[in-house]
Amino acid sequence: MDWMQSLRLVAPEIFLSVSGLILLLGAAWGQSRKDARAINWLAVLVLIGAAAMTLPTLLGQVSGADALAFDSLFSADAFAAFAKVLIFLACAASLALAPAFFERHGGYRGEFPVLVIFAAIGMAMMVSSTNLLTLYVGLELNSLAAYVLAAFLKADERSAEAGLKYFVLGALASGFLLFGMSLTYGFTGTIAYSGIAAATEAGLSTGALFGLTFMFAGLAFKVSAVPFHMWTPDVYEGAPTPVTTLFASAPKVAALALFARVAVEAFGSQSVAWQQIVLAAAIASIVFGALAAIWQTNIKRLLAYSSINNVGFILLGLAAASVEGVSAMLVYLAIYVPMTIGGFVAVLMLRDEGGKQLEAISDLAGLSRTRPLLALGLGSVMFSMAGIPFFFGFWGKFVVFQAAVQSGLLIWATIAAVSSVIGAFYYLKVVKVMYFDEPAGKVTGRSDMAHEWLLTISALFISPLGWLFTKGLGALAAIAAGVLFAAT
Amino acid sequence: MIGIEHYVVVSSILFVLGVLGIFLNRKNVIVILMAIELILLAVNINLVAFSAFLGDLTGQVFAMFVLTVAAGEAAVGLAILVIYFRDRGTIAVDDVSHMKG
Repeated sequence: MDWMQSLRLVAPEIFLSVSGLILLLGAAWGQSRKDARAINWLAVLVLIGAAAMTLPTLLGQVSGADALAFDSLFSADAFAAFAKVLIFLACAASLALAPAFFERHGGYRGEFPVLVIFAAIGMAMMVSSTNLLTLYVGLELNSLAAYVLAAFLKADERSAEAGLKYFVLGALASGFLLFGMSLTYGFTGTIAYSGIAAATEAGLSTGALFGLTFMFAGLAFKVSAVPFHMWTPDVYEGAPTPVTTLFASAPKVAALALFARVAVEAFGSQSVAWQQIVLAAAIASIVFGALAAIWQTNIKRLLAYSSINNVGFILLGLAAASVEGVSAMLVYLAIYVPMTIGGFVAVLMLRDEGGKQLEAISDLAGLSRTRPLLALGLGSVMFSMAGIPFFFGFWGKFVVFQAAVQSGLLIWATIAAVSSVIGAFYYLKVVKVMYFDEPAGKVTGRSDMAHEWLLTISALFISPLGWLFTKGLGALAAIAAGVLFAAT
Repeated sequence: MIGIEHYVVVSSILFVLGVLGIFLNRKNVIVILMAIELILLAVNINLVAFSAFLGDLTGQVFAMFVLTVAAGEAAVGLAILVIYFRDRGTIAVDDVSHMKG
């Protein structure tokens, strides 16, 4: 494996790094609002370009030794490519929302898109990691950028509080993960996933089991699975809404794909040990996410609990510990990302005359009469999240249940299905407030073109029209999951 | 004779102290930053001890990376704390609750 080959494999990350540094220089010189806007749209193009550069890896089904770069420290295989395309596109979408929002709330700066690009590089490293050191560096590159993004609205005290909470709990999560890694290293003698898999083939020693548990607890923090979810509602509410859009989409994809990679590549032979942990977190997230959301009055908090609930379903796919399970997980992620982006774009469009953001669910009353298209968009997001048949969200839930039942998790799949019916209550409550309550007449602010376009695209994708993509999406997810299992 | 288990016990105690420091501390956010640092150093003791025990350099290289990232993390954490202090005029933990939860 020579250097040129390695460099070719990490081309999307190098492209992002170089562009990020150039844009950072641009941000240092161009301080005006117009410069910030230009840097923002350039960053969107760069991220879309990186996604386009990653796509051939996925379509070419690159796997095994062909994908390994830099003495097996980094693996640019089809599984990582699937996650990377989603991550880069989600980052680009959140960036497209940013300028209009920040210009209303005091000062957009060119550093914002640069931080998002660096976070994207970190996430790409996470999903491509083949050993614990790459995992850790990628995770921290993503986290350090994310802490700053959460606190980006310096004048808003909720933003600073969100940044502080995210920092403390994120650092705690990294601590758990690291402690688990150090134990895993000590008791298996290696930090490479392939080496760990070889060392644990005969069985897990007590120390390695502790290591595995701590690592999974740290990862559960990052994906905000119950019982490590407590930071999620506060951070989602306090962070600026474009940043919340990012947090709810791209890092979830990265952390869940990483979760799958560690579970399958490093501890694949010990799936009995981690299956219980993942299953417990999945069921707890599904049930808690559905119940706790019922009493929420703030729509951003409601979407935070809904993301906890969705993460539960995705982990249920992983708990199946089969190729079908991981493929279902990827399909669910591909549907979840546009769904959650659509939801937060709709929230961003809820503004009063003076441009102030409205976040209370009661402000949505009678939205169907004052802003019918916005109500339709938000309504289809809600129907899709509730998993109402023939909306695209239903298909994601369906494939996850199918994989869980195939792996003999019938009882747990049933509990998850019952919880999703309970969860439908609060999604449909939002629809009821929008369509059947007396108009409150509060949402009167004008919308921006980028927001309208993004809402239209995501609403169309998750509407019944999304079923046109089922075959292609299913095939791509199957390729990616197959590559992950072939490597072990 | 001090063996590997002594090192692991010490680092585990430090790790637990760090976690308790985050959850039980009701006074000051700076103390939380110190507790985070304690957790990372506990991990470093583990890594270096295992590295010596296994006769494998990887653990020490890993510890170097952890130290570097910890420095970056402390810088970002303090920066966020400064912004927070400018808004609120306090860094008491009990006041970090304007949003319920």
